[in-house]
Amino acid sequence: MPTAFNEKISQTLGNQKLQLALYAGTGRLVEHRKHAVAEERLPEYQELRSHANALKKHTIEHLDHYLEQLEANVQAHGGQVIWCRDAAEVSDFVLDLAKRRQARLIVKSKSMTTEEIDLNERLEHHGLEAVETDLGEYIIQLRGERPYHIVAPALHLTRYDVADIFQEKLGIPNETVIEKQTMIARSVLREKFLAADIGITGANFLIADSGAVVLVENEGNARLTTTAPKIHIAVAGIEKIIPRAQDLGVFLKLLGRSATGQPLTVYTSFLSGARREGEIDGPDEFYLVLLDNGRTKLLADPDKRESLYCIRCGACLNICPVYRKIGGHSFPWIYSGPIGAIITPQFLGIQHTPALPFASSLCGACAEVCPVKIDIPKVLLDLRAGVKEGPGKAKSDWLERLGFHAFAWLMCHPKAYALMGRFSRLAPLLNIGPLRAWRSQRDLPAMPAKSFRQLWKERG
Amino acid sequence: MSARVSLFVTCVVDQVFPNVGMAMAGVLERLGYAVDFPEAQTCCGQPAFNSGYREDARRVARHFLDVFEGADYIVAASGSCTSMVSHHFAELFPHDPVLRARAEAMAPKTFEFSSFLTEVAQAEDFGARFDQVVTYHDSCHALRDLKIKEGPRRLLRGVAGLELREMDAAEECCGFGGTFSVKFPGVSGGMARTKIESILKTGASTVVSIDSSCLMQLQGAISRAGLPVRTMHLAEVLASR
Repeated sequence: MPTAFNEKISQTLGNQKLQLALYAGTGRLVEHRKHAVAEERLPEYQELRSHANALKKHTIEHLDHYLEQLEANVQAHGGQVIWCRDAAEVSDFVLDLAKRRQARLIVKSKSMTTEEIDLNERLEHHGLEAVETDLGEYIIQLRGERPYHIVAPALHLTRYDVADIFQEKLGIPNETVIEKQTMIARSVLREKFLAADIGITGANFLIADSGAVVLVENEGNARLTTTAPKIHIAVAGIEKIIPRAQDLGVFLKLLGRSATGQPLTVYTSFLSGARREGEIDGPDEFYLVLLDNGRTKLLADPDKRESLYCIRCGACLNICPVYRKIGGHSFPWIYSGPIGAIITPQFLGIQHTPALPFASSLCGACAEVCPVKIDIPKVLLDLRAGVKEGPGKAKSDWLERLGFHAFAWLMCHPKAYALMGRFSRLAPLLNIGPLRAWRSQRDLPAMPAKSFRQLWKERG
Repeated sequence: MSARVSLFVTCVVDQVFPNVGMAMAGVLERLGYAVDFPEAQTCCGQPAFNSGYREDARRVARHFLDVFEGADYIVAASGSCTSMVSHHFAELFPHDPVLRARAEAMAPKTFEFSSFLTEVAQAEDFGARFDQVVTYHDSCHALRDLKIKEGPRRLLRGVAGLELREMDAAEECCGFGGTFSVKFPGVSGGMARTKIESILKTGASTVVSIDSSCLMQLQGAISRAGLPVRTMHLAEVLASR
């Protein structure tokens, strides 16, 4: 098992302050969601989930068709579609465009897709300044960190942590009032918006039949990012597409409620290209970057491609008892929680994160809250089978493999099993392997003198 | 009534909690069922399945199918093991139509203990008495795979002298998760302690579940912390006099 993963887990478990922030932060989101989807408020909730699942299934199975339709419609509105295989192709495109337009300052609204490809680091490496404008993202950018959570990037921080980083990076002493902290960020970021050459956003949805990019947010920063600078670039994974504008309602009803418990987020922006003749606002140029970065690999696998249905609401993180203990930064990649546990190994290759699919009690709470009904436990089980029985199975698992072969043999030979059962009464005397791991946290049960089968036989 | 019920006590109950199996047999016999215990039974194979060893799980599943083939009803002492048989056995044999069909035929006659009582036996009164404040832990696979939520609570409320108090985190996982409990012991233990905090807040003396593995996890952490709470399987409560 890779020790880096276990090490980060131990650090998080051992940090009492973080444990409280994590449990309270996710707990609030769980309560808000529960309230928002309650029968009396959203009686059609289960139908919406089934509908959303069917729409995603259909779209993913006909992705080529809808992507071509999207491209044609974006072009018809005067936008350009840039197809990118990986992170380098995205940054090459942005760098080249910035060079041609002599752009230096980029404002960004929150986007997991650009986090996925380390876009900020790549741009900064070439002398551009990329500023996150979502409050949570801005705070973690100042701290030089990665988002802790898909929806709430600074979930792990308290207002005192924010005061510390504002003091260190902005020279503003000891401001711990949240409203005032927000105003500080706002005044810094306003200047950035006004001076920015390019705005980069992600996309919550791409609509094939209208060529529109849909962004949902609460702070208005995405709207400013897409309208203040002369150039808007939206970076989206190819799976973000939905067929028709009329399908959007299903997802909008689910997304806000599942993420934060809001019936709708404060802003929902529908962007279809650059400013046209006679329009008063909007950018001069619009580019839609469509990113693969491992997604098409999943398309080939009918058992697991439902992983691409995700709309990044974060509900599975909040409800997950494992995420609530180990937090976002323990995960090996930018996507954390149950959804991270299934997409990380599939995007990056299972050999990079073989332990990840096993970091789950398979409680199924994630699948229960998933607005698009991804059967996350099932995918985890498939991934586990891939790790242990797939082509790249690790030699280092030989002892465990032998153990399970022995287990299976024993369970198919009842007499041997019964005999072994008698010896198992001695288990409490041992302190090795799994027994030792068990005992690190818990007492072993007192072993009874006789097994059920012995008692049953004696009863006659 | 002389319908025949075959007990699947599960390997955990067989080896670690035999009294749960005895209590279960007693309750079913009082209801007039002819109870048998197919002696060749062992395990459902879930440990291998959940750990990624499907070939080993298939072997154990095949053995289970052989042992229980002729049963009218199979009543299991665990929601999780029931779910393995009724939800996952068929998945194990995607390319073997014969075994798949046998697994599919076994699914509808396999019942978790409490749901057999509420759905098939439709029994209410077991003559049970238990003068304690009790809280009920929803085990994950019973709750989410088998949709068992109200049944066990109704059965508990029918026990004379018993007061049932809900905990906030009734639906939160206890952290057992099979091999997860030893692969990630710190996380698993932390989950158990969170669950126990919620149990303690109810003031209950006893936490009841229909899955002995969850109870083993909770009891282990309760005992480590030296807390005055005990764990009991529903069958033991219903068999109390």
